[in-house]
Amino acid sequence: MKTVLLSTAGLAVLVVAAFFAFALSPEEIEAVERPAADSFDAGLVAKGRDLAALGNCLTCHRSEGGAPYAGGYGVETPVGTIYGSNITPDPETGIGRWSEAAFVRSMREGLGREGEHLYPAFPYTHFTRVTDGDLEALYAFLMTREAVAKTVPDPDLPFPMNVRPLLAAWKLLFFDEGAAPLEGVDDELERGRYLVDGLGHCGACHTPRNLFLAERSDAYLRGGEASGWANPPLAGDIHSPSPWSADEITTYLRGGFAETHGTAAGPMAEVAAQLKDAPAKDVLSMATYLVSLQTGVETPSANGQERPAQSERVVLGETLYRGACARCHEASGEGVAFARGSSQGLPLSQSTALHAPDGRNFAQFVLYGVEAPKGEAGWPMPGFADLLTDEQIAAIADYLRHDLAGQPAWDDMTGRIAGIRSQGESGQ
Amino acid sequence: MVAMTVNGAAVSVDADPETPLLYVLRNELELNGAKFGCGLGQCGACTVLVDGKAAVSCILPIAALEGRAVTTLEGLGTAEAPGPVQAAFIEEQAAQCGYCIPGMIMRTAGLLAETPEPNDEEIRAALQPNLCRCGTHMRILRAARRAAGRPSEEDNFAFVGSRPNEEGAPS
Repeated sequence: MKTVLLSTAGLAVLVVAAFFAFALSPEEIEAVERPAADSFDAGLVAKGRDLAALGNCLTCHRSEGGAPYAGGYGVETPVGTIYGSNITPDPETGIGRWSEAAFVRSMREGLGREGEHLYPAFPYTHFTRVTDGDLEALYAFLMTREAVAKTVPDPDLPFPMNVRPLLAAWKLLFFDEGAAPLEGVDDELERGRYLVDGLGHCGACHTPRNLFLAERSDAYLRGGEASGWANPPLAGDIHSPSPWSADEITTYLRGGFAETHGTAAGPMAEVAAQLKDAPAKDVLSMATYLVSLQTGVETPSANGQERPAQSERVVLGETLYRGACARCHEASGEGVAFARGSSQGLPLSQSTALHAPDGRNFAQFVLYGVEAPKGEAGWPMPGFADLLTDEQIAAIADYLRHDLAGQPAWDDMTGRIAGIRSQGESGQ
Repeated sequence: MVAMTVNGAAVSVDADPETPLLYVLRNELELNGAKFGCGLGQCGACTVLVDGKAAVSCILPIAALEGRAVTTLEGLGTAEAPGPVQAAFIEEQAAQCGYCIPGMIMRTAGLLAETPEPNDEEIRAALQPNLCRCGTHMRILRAARRAAGRPSEEDNFAFVGSRPNEEGAPS
């Protein structure tokens, strides 16, 4: 018996040792002199700029008020915070010494220039599907940015997540290294799929994750969560009384707002802010592909039914709604002659947040409002965190769920609101 | 009937519970400090304190105020004996047309209640929701800083309006 135990232990040690040998094996790619900016073709740089917008690189590779691409944004994960790196061509703190081969390897394999494993907060599980031609253009774009010397903080992770070689095991289990896809796909649907799954990395937020924080392939784009927000499903039955059209998605992605569904807020606000600068044709391709994934919409289940048992609360909710919300959202919730920039808000009968299975996003909107995109005049919604109590917001939610969405009230909405309030405003 | 406290006094308001607080303050209680600007919670001219926190009163129905405490501009002091925040705004001559000033003062009072020694960044962030069309922003900021007990610091707030170029192109 003892022998068996010993040999099992010995085997385990061997396996672990072999694993570490594998995990530590990626080689350094030799540093190069920073390529001169004028050595890159201007057309290639312009193509790279469009791709960088489609890929939302700036969201993570710029801190609040910081220089573009110099990194520093903290990506909050359930295990800790990981900071977007400096991808300006600064030789010391950025990627100035990275050859194109090193850049391509980072995108395809999730490895830094020196061979270190990168955390999948950097969504190389998606970027691995980007074509050689597009990677070449992105490299040209990044290497022609202004070099900014800025050191970003190390990941703030507990043991053992802070041991990078262990990422090799994660990759073995969950990383499907992509073969370079075909160049120059013309078909709109296929182009859309390429952008959604690759550079756009929509699944990073909209696909639920498993215990190991890998995207679940069996629930592709069925909705995820981030920073206190529920990220709605893009595929399957969507949380809306009416399906999205490709034009509506395009308007939403490039303008941050679709009057038939809602406002890009929380982490999505930044996505829309960047897609504004992406080619309209490409965004339309993404939208066309996303529309093809919708299989149905939510149907009212509580319409015409008696108001729920706590109807006193619903009555209070209606009173509060009329006094606090209706002047922008219309007394009936049905917007008439709706136009952004007028005094009318989203017709709430259409609101995706109101039709979601839980009230997280509704609570975020009511507590903290909607900010106009940075640097733009807009029609923001004020936050009600200091105006209304948790119970009062929950009463409004009950009223709207019943009378406008035709859905049952959310469970424990007061507790949900208190929880989001205690976390503070995030993602905006 | 909604029972609340306004400037320390118990008040019972017999109005439609949907009625925004602003209308009750101005039309029923004869407290005209809070101003009607946009009526949509966009400009801040109607700002008061509710339970010590700044709140726009034009989109706050009295139904939400049962048992809560409201403080208006009149609750901070009088023309003869202005409160410290009011005195700071007078000292800095922060008003031009003056329409936004009650809201600015209340917003500042709300900030100081929560953060007695705010830095310049915190002052800016707190006053951000309130609009001024005359352009006396720098005086308003100085008044807020004076109210925070830092009257003598150098004159200028750092200008923070510029945005780095979005594409990170070499400048």
